[in-house]
Amino acid sequence: MNYPLVTKIIEITNENNHIKTIKFEHNKKITPGQFYMIWIPGVDEIPMSVSYIDKNIKGITFKKIGEATNALFNLKKDDKIGVRGPYGKGFRLNGKKLLFVGGGTGIAMLAPVIEEAIKKKLNSKVIIGAKTKNELFFEKRIKETGAELFISTDDGTDGKKGFTTDIAEEIIKKNQLDLILTCGPELMMKKLMDISRGIKFQASLERFMKCGFGVCGQCCIGDGIRVCTEGPIFNEKNLKKIQDFGIFKRDASGKKIKF
Amino acid sequence: MDEDAGSMTRIFKSGAAAVVTKSIGLKPRKGYPNPSVIELECGLLNAMGLPNPGIEEFKTEVIKLKKSKITVIGSVFGSNSKEFTLLGTKMQDAGVNALELNMSCPHAKGYGLEIGSDQKNVEKITAKVKSSVSIPVFVKISPNLTDVPKIAQSAEKGGADAIVAINTLKAMKIDIETKRPVLSNKIGGYSGKAIKPIGIRCVYEIYKKVNIPIIGVGGINTGEDAIEYLMAGASAVQIGSAIYSREINVFEKICKEIKNWMKTNNYKKIDELIGVANL
Repeated sequence: MNYPLVTKIIEITNENNHIKTIKFEHNKKITPGQFYMIWIPGVDEIPMSVSYIDKNIKGITFKKIGEATNALFNLKKDDKIGVRGPYGKGFRLNGKKLLFVGGGTGIAMLAPVIEEAIKKKLNSKVIIGAKTKNELFFEKRIKETGAELFISTDDGTDGKKGFTTDIAEEIIKKNQLDLILTCGPELMMKKLMDISRGIKFQASLERFMKCGFGVCGQCCIGDGIRVCTEGPIFNEKNLKKIQDFGIFKRDASGKKIKF
Repeated sequence: MDEDAGSMTRIFKSGAAAVVTKSIGLKPRKGYPNPSVIELECGLLNAMGLPNPGIEEFKTEVIKLKKSKITVIGSVFGSNSKEFTLLGTKMQDAGVNALELNMSCPHAKGYGLEIGSDQKNVEKITAKVKSSVSIPVFVKISPNLTDVPKIAQSAEKGGADAIVAINTLKAMKIDIETKRPVLSNKIGGYSGKAIKPIGIRCVYEIYKKVNIPIIGVGGINTGEDAIEYLMAGASAVQIGSAIYSREINVFEKICKEIKNWMKTNNYKKIDELIGVANL
């Protein structure tokens, strides 16, 4: 039922100064790319992609950027949160040679699908991009999977100076890839699709959400496509049909906001 | 599913004869924080808080819809007759086929039910809007009243072309683990299966008291549910919450089920069913 299951926080990890992982007990099956509606009682309820998947324990990894994530950031072990979901459709690993591109906090939700790809012995290259070295996280986790890791920072404090798309462009030129999977700022993902030379493509979109189960219409894009239900992962065929992709999103009132 | 042209187009293509827009006000409104919608045992509980981008921005969505020749009923909410009239004329200018005056939202301060529980108010607002537009005007009324038909009669006196009944029921869900109401607004409106008998009763009572058509709404999930509303006295029905229980193509499913039922029971026209249960 689409009702929050109240559960206790069992573990909190600081990934860096602004990013934390919270783990909680939740035994429902979830596919990487799917998300939960996380209720912070008395504050808000927000969509959060899964970043850790274990049989009975799941995790979310997030940056403090607003009232809800700030409140979530300040929670302690044993505090209660509500969990609804999982919602949406996850990634599909339909290829053998893969490139993963995570911009900003995007790597949080890509990490479990990278681990799955490695388990399936799929050739995996990963690009993580951040503004600066201090904002990077999960590099160790990705390295430990055995995936080939590339790093970019806007200011050059770690890895290659520049954007994830600069590295991606080179990799695409030199390698024969089957599939690109990405999560990050929408303009980055749009650029990535533009340079993908027809390689199969899956991107995770983010929109303001309310119900999470396809009835309220808040997260609709294109011709009534619900990000919460038909998404949040979309392939290149669908992305090309969505006129909003990389152009605008809507705020809580439904007003268009340009990227 | 009715805040933007894209989603309304999808609903229309899924078999709906017309779409009702989200209720639109004069200015952009964010609505209440989440949780704003949850599912309970027999329906949905919501307190969206009338989120909308404001009539000026919303007009562009209506214009898009009209280009695709979609029948649109523009729903509006205001705090007085002046606001309702202004919204009504702007909706008409944008091209909607009819207006629905929301006088029944149960959880927005200064709007909805707070306006629609006073007979004089309902009559006055309806009359003012009617005198400023040429398209049909419907009034959506609330079940959260001691005398539902009286409000319907006030709308009729004001010149309404149809009554839409019912809106959601005032309700609350407390989470016992966290010891607090789940919705951020605490009180919300209950929709879905649980409220169908209440909607049926309201339509039945209104049918006896007014001479204008009634649009039945509340808990319709199947063709049989729709037929029940027709028999109570509705000439048409609206569907919302069933989108979550039977997916977006619920509209074509229900149309098919109505046709099948009529065939089995030897009915040729919908008109033969309207109000037949009013003995």
